[in-house]
Amino acid sequence: MTIQADHTIDAKNLSCPMPIVKTKKAMDEAEPGEVLQVEATDPGSLADMQGWAQSTGHNYLGSTENEGVLIHYVRKSNPEEVKDVSAFEAETTNDELKQKLEDDNVTVLDVREPAEYAFGHVPGAVSIPLGELSDRINELEKNQEIHVICRTGNRSNFAAHQLTDQGFQNVYNVVPGMSEWDGPTEKNQ
Amino acid sequence: MIEKMSAKQVAQKVIAKENLFILDVRNEDAYEDWKIEGPSIESMNKPYFEMLDGVEEVVGDIPAEQDVLVACAKEGSSMFVAEQLAEALDRTVYYLEGGMKTWSEHLEPVHVGDLEGGGSVYQFVRLGKGCLTYMIKSGNEAAIIDPLRMVNHYEDFAEELNVEVLHLIDTHLHADHISGGRRLAEKHGGTYHLPPKDAGEVQFHYEPLEDGKVITFGADQVKIRAFYSPGHTIGSTSLIVNETYLFTGDILFIDSIGRPDLAGLAEDWVGDLRETLYDRYKQLDQNLMVLPAHFAKMKELDEKGRVFATLGELYQENHGLQIEDEGEFRRVVTENLPPQPNSYQEIRETNMGKREPNEEEETEMEIGPNRCAVS
Repeated sequence: MTIQADHTIDAKNLSCPMPIVKTKKAMDEAEPGEVLQVEATDPGSLADMQGWAQSTGHNYLGSTENEGVLIHYVRKSNPEEVKDVSAFEAETTNDELKQKLEDDNVTVLDVREPAEYAFGHVPGAVSIPLGELSDRINELEKNQEIHVICRTGNRSNFAAHQLTDQGFQNVYNVVPGMSEWDGPTEKNQ
Repeated sequence: MIEKMSAKQVAQKVIAKENLFILDVRNEDAYEDWKIEGPSIESMNKPYFEMLDGVEEVVGDIPAEQDVLVACAKEGSSMFVAEQLAEALDRTVYYLEGGMKTWSEHLEPVHVGDLEGGGSVYQFVRLGKGCLTYMIKSGNEAAIIDPLRMVNHYEDFAEELNVEVLHLIDTHLHADHISGGRRLAEKHGGTYHLPPKDAGEVQFHYEPLEDGKVITFGADQVKIRAFYSPGHTIGSTSLIVNETYLFTGDILFIDSIGRPDLAGLAEDWVGDLRETLYDRYKQLDQNLMVLPAHFAKMKELDEKGRVFATLGELYQENHGLQIEDEGEFRRVVTENLPPQPNSYQEIRETNMGKREPNEEEETEMEIGPNRCAVS
């Protein structure tokens, strides 16, 4: 599967602690919301990357392996996402959305980064990262019932506001979102 | 400044009950699964990746009067943290040479005792995993019981004792560790003995260890007698040396008994286990000194690091030998079993010669705690 990343860190042939030390340095310099791709050959880097991301609040997205090289994807957390923005009024819970997946008039709009989307999304969800939404808003149909989803409901909250500002009438913010999604998912091939 | 501490030094501190404070910087799951333990060991866990900006958070938890050892999986991260800690505390901080990998593979040889009529018994204590293996010396010849894959430890010790290892004996087909029996036999021209009932799928040549067979070797004419005692596996065979020591393999431990389920046949083998423990062993001389293939708790080690007890003592104290009701026994050893050892299927296949893992894969397969007993 192809996954977009903003920065690539080469930690191949380095042993612990260097893969995490290099990732941390790159993360300090990255912009919030950007995705880092870390290439490492140390098998221990997998558990450590997950542990480090959890302890620092960054989002560990997933890992792939290619010919003995582990490729980890981590997204820099965005302080804006935890800032209070007036909650979008129309909300759908995860469970409600599960019931609607078969409905042809429903569009699920996933506004997470492509790498997050690649590791697992609601089947059929349309991927438009929050940062690209204003440029790509024409890809969406105004007569559809649009359920906007992200990881925890914050980015989708912004996106839902944007959509209604642009004249979309039938928009819902999915809460909490993919972080607790237990319905069907698919991955990029 | 920082200094390295070897696995051997740590093992000797554990056995001598010398105080040591360990800061384990692996991730939390690894620490929860398995760590360095001992009555004089105090340890805490803080993953190294939470200390990339400094060690301030742990400085207050480090005792002033004790040696401090930083441990990680391999070594690099422990040096990284130890350096910061040494600077912050302005004192010497140790790091574990080779990390937990080396600790897991360290064997500490201890002298168990001498045999009447000549010969000696040594116990190799693998503190990191709870395995016990043995070397029996007779003149300038030796036999090894349940040898592990870290053959260099046996080779070094054989050289120290100036003995040639003629016999490599496995009491059963192991599921918790990779046997060193075949590779030692091939390397040094010894004979590899294995119970035939465990060897149905074995892909290489071995000498069948059948009930009643006696292996005699060395200037002291030490006699190892095979005593069929199934239950952990269908082939499990105990060894009686000079009618003094009873090597029970994974059938009977000091504080627990073997589990019958590692080949997927718990229901079939529990009856054999019952018969071995409650009948066959009872008919043996109760003064036999039991030497098992595992220990479970550090308190089983005596002040010299040895693990043993007489068969009579075990019939008094081992709770696995006190279950009079057969139905109750059956329930205890087939229900509520601890999780199976990591990779036990792959380990069994390796010991059958069906797999040839490289060294890194072997290490990975054996990582984690001992889980061979019903406790």
